[in-house]
Amino acid sequence: MKIVIVGDGKVGSALTVQLAKEGHDVVVIDSNRMVLQETQQYLDVNVIHGNGALMRIQKMADVDNSDLLIAATSADETNLLCCMLARRLGCKRTIARVRNPEFSAQLYLLREDLGLNMFINPEGTTAREIYRLLQFPSFLKRDSFAKGRAEIVELEIREDSPLNGVRLIDLSKVVKVKVLVCAVVRGNEVFISNSGGFTLAAGDRISVTASSGDLAKFIRSLGIERKKIRDAMIIGGSRIAVYLAESLVQSGVKVKLIEIDEERCNELAITLPKVNVVNADGSDKNVLDSEGIAQTDAVITLTDIDEINLIISMYANFLGVYRGITKINRTEYSEVLNDKGIDCVVSPKDLCSSEILRYVRALDNRKGETMLSLHRIVDDRVEALEFRAGKDLPQLGRPLSQLHFKPNTLIACLSRRGKIIIPQGSDCIEEDDTVVVVSLSDHGVNHLGDIFAEG
Amino acid sequence: MNRRMILQLVCYILRVEALCMLPAALISLFCREWPAAIALSGCAAGIAAVSLLSFVFRPKTRQISPKEGFVIVALCWIAVSVFGAMPFCFSGAIPSYVDALFETVSGFTTTGASILPEVEVVPKGLLYWRSFTHWLGGMGVLVFLLAIVSMGKGRNSLLHVMRAESPGPQVDKLVPRLQNSAKILYAIYIALTLAQILFLLAGGMPLFDSVCTAFGTAGTGGFGVKNDSLGSYSPYLQGVCTVFMALFGINFSVFYLLLLRQFSRVLHNQELWTYLGIMGGAIALITWNVLPRFESFGQALHHTAFQVSSIMTTTGFSTVDFNLWPTFSKVILVTLMIIGACAGSTGGGIKVARLLLILKATRRSVKRMLSPRSVAVVHMDGQRTEEDVIANTFSFLTAYFLLSAASILIVALDRFSFETSFTAVIACISNIGPGLDVVGPMGNYGGLSVLSKLVLSLDMLAGRLEIFPMLMLFIPAAWKRS
Repeated sequence: MKIVIVGDGKVGSALTVQLAKEGHDVVVIDSNRMVLQETQQYLDVNVIHGNGALMRIQKMADVDNSDLLIAATSADETNLLCCMLARRLGCKRTIARVRNPEFSAQLYLLREDLGLNMFINPEGTTAREIYRLLQFPSFLKRDSFAKGRAEIVELEIREDSPLNGVRLIDLSKVVKVKVLVCAVVRGNEVFISNSGGFTLAAGDRISVTASSGDLAKFIRSLGIERKKIRDAMIIGGSRIAVYLAESLVQSGVKVKLIEIDEERCNELAITLPKVNVVNADGSDKNVLDSEGIAQTDAVITLTDIDEINLIISMYANFLGVYRGITKINRTEYSEVLNDKGIDCVVSPKDLCSSEILRYVRALDNRKGETMLSLHRIVDDRVEALEFRAGKDLPQLGRPLSQLHFKPNTLIACLSRRGKIIIPQGSDCIEEDDTVVVVSLSDHGVNHLGDIFAEG
Repeated sequence: MNRRMILQLVCYILRVEALCMLPAALISLFCREWPAAIALSGCAAGIAAVSLLSFVFRPKTRQISPKEGFVIVALCWIAVSVFGAMPFCFSGAIPSYVDALFETVSGFTTTGASILPEVEVVPKGLLYWRSFTHWLGGMGVLVFLLAIVSMGKGRNSLLHVMRAESPGPQVDKLVPRLQNSAKILYAIYIALTLAQILFLLAGGMPLFDSVCTAFGTAGTGGFGVKNDSLGSYSPYLQGVCTVFMALFGINFSVFYLLLLRQFSRVLHNQELWTYLGIMGGAIALITWNVLPRFESFGQALHHTAFQVSSIMTTTGFSTVDFNLWPTFSKVILVTLMIIGACAGSTGGGIKVARLLLILKATRRSVKRMLSPRSVAVVHMDGQRTEEDVIANTFSFLTAYFLLSAASILIVALDRFSFETSFTAVIACISNIGPGLDVVGPMGNYGGLSVLSKLVLSLDMLAGRLEIFPMLMLFIPAAWKRS
């Protein structure tokens, strides 16, 4: 597909990398020449220097004949103008990033007029993700597939866990529900294993597939108590904090919000009447202690500075706070965060770009097999991809045990007519099944057929 | 320095070269030229064997930086020349290896300078190979590779390679993906070449001659298959060549824009109009100057147009011995040699785009002297030109003239006339072929010393790759591991 991306910032560049890798014709427009040069050095894309909301620039980018325009500049108004113009010029679809919550509310109404196919609000998405994560404590991450019927959760095996020392083949007996371990991280290595002989050990971080209904049973059988979060402390009064506090308050959680700027505190107090807004420096240890960080159930750090977020989360973890969620912007360093007392990390940039990617992939229907969604798990090192099996797939109807998979790939679950199947050797893929495939990120699986070795 | 990736690409190129030698070998077989056939097929097999080295040393990462792009391009061109020369040498057609190397470098760089006094005695297969090197070298061997081999998914490592190989001050992709850009370029190139072959066949030229002449024209090379270049063909055939030479001297992105029906952008292409203007002006002046030497005005115009088109696009075909023309005409021709064709074409020289840039930058400097506080940027086709592009253009020009001066000094050791030494170097570095006097259109480079031939070979490569890639090979810092 021909895709034009306006704005080569955080979200823009994350999208560019991924879309170029997937073989789309990408043109990037930005007004910062340095950023563009960097992009062109490392990616096979075209770059155009200028204001993306100008017709002249859009015409240079051949927006008139493009399939999709993604406006991801920092200004909402520019993004909307870009999309309107692109639509007028003849671009088939447009996606805009709109951050201002007041805008997004009215956008549902204006969508038609603006010619928008999708608008994305990184802060809102992030807040929703954090809220979702808070529902299931002690899971590091959780992704849902097949219209929410199946889930992949990442969790760590502690010393006293019943899974410690269990061979994969015996797993179902131990936990008494059908689940499948699709990836194991041990130290710095990732194992994606089809064979049941692999033995789990304490310290492993595993990704487990289960149908959504079985997930609760699975958790109970592991002896993990589901403690309900009663009070949460949010540090940093950003937009994400507003969205998050709203939904937390609605579900009956007591929220304390610490923000350093007095004026911002006033605004927050007005928009969030039920939240306890505190005007103080959230990175100050005395402030945290006196505000009772040790007694809260969850600490969410949302300041603009990654380092501060990280250090507060580590402190909360050190105090034994039940749940900590850290927002970071620069995900390049996330591999150093393992075992550093950082439970769970969210990145608005990644969430936003993966939401757009999912949309793009669904558009890009090739070979009759649609990639329905893609999730990055295990620090982006593993991809979980959802496909619909086309009728041309040669492997249809053959038991999985007879198929040859490429190394480090496996089928995590099948969804047939709304029923989730956690696959075993005797199961086979049938036409129109939704297939969730787990594979290492650098394998570049684009089609369902890519996971099978020849012969 | 990602040495393994460099080796990988050099091996890829050699594989392409081995493949391209096979048709030549078949032609030799068909014409029962046994030594040539054996030499060509043997060399093809040998080159293919050498290229298997890439399987021994696999690259750890495919990412390369601009400096590696330069080095890759320079090494690939040296490698194809060194190996491409072997069939000439082994078949006995050109016994001395240095001569064979000169001939091959001259082929790949689309210079067309020859050491052969008698072309017609050379086996057909080797003549075909000689002309085919023009065709391959014209658009660039690496661009050809980029078009046929898909490298890396979305990773852009090879834009530097294309930039280093394609001529012009600013090289950009036509479409977002590099491979598609390369494919479009080659598609246009192949289509134009085929069109010319058809036009030549229609004029009654034999098939073999048409193909070789079209290769020579397309690459703006200039190797002919007859001793007197194109002199013995009919005026119609010469006219076809005149037009096609001029076409191949135009920036290929113009053809792409025409295909996209973006006529207004073509109309506003300053380089195109400057190129056509200079060509028209030169034709007018020389026709006026040489009028007494021809029977009619029509003849004078016909031959002048052919010569000007041939020299300005740096092809180097000839229909008459312009060495005998008046000095005024010769000076104009030498000036055209230095200017050369458009950026992004298959021609050589310093390129019309650079000339335009330099003139505009100079005009700005004068303006600044007049009013020191004035602020002005240089515009090209309505776009602002970056200051570093202008600075690069000036350094290119300096390097070009320094290299020419040094080469003239060395070639002068051969005790030929000043005209010979000067035009030999200019004709080689601008990739034209024939110069004046001894190396004129009816002469050849055979009489030069071994040292001169090597220096001129280097000049041809430097001229084709626009100097900096070759320069990079001699800078130790470029070879450091990083």
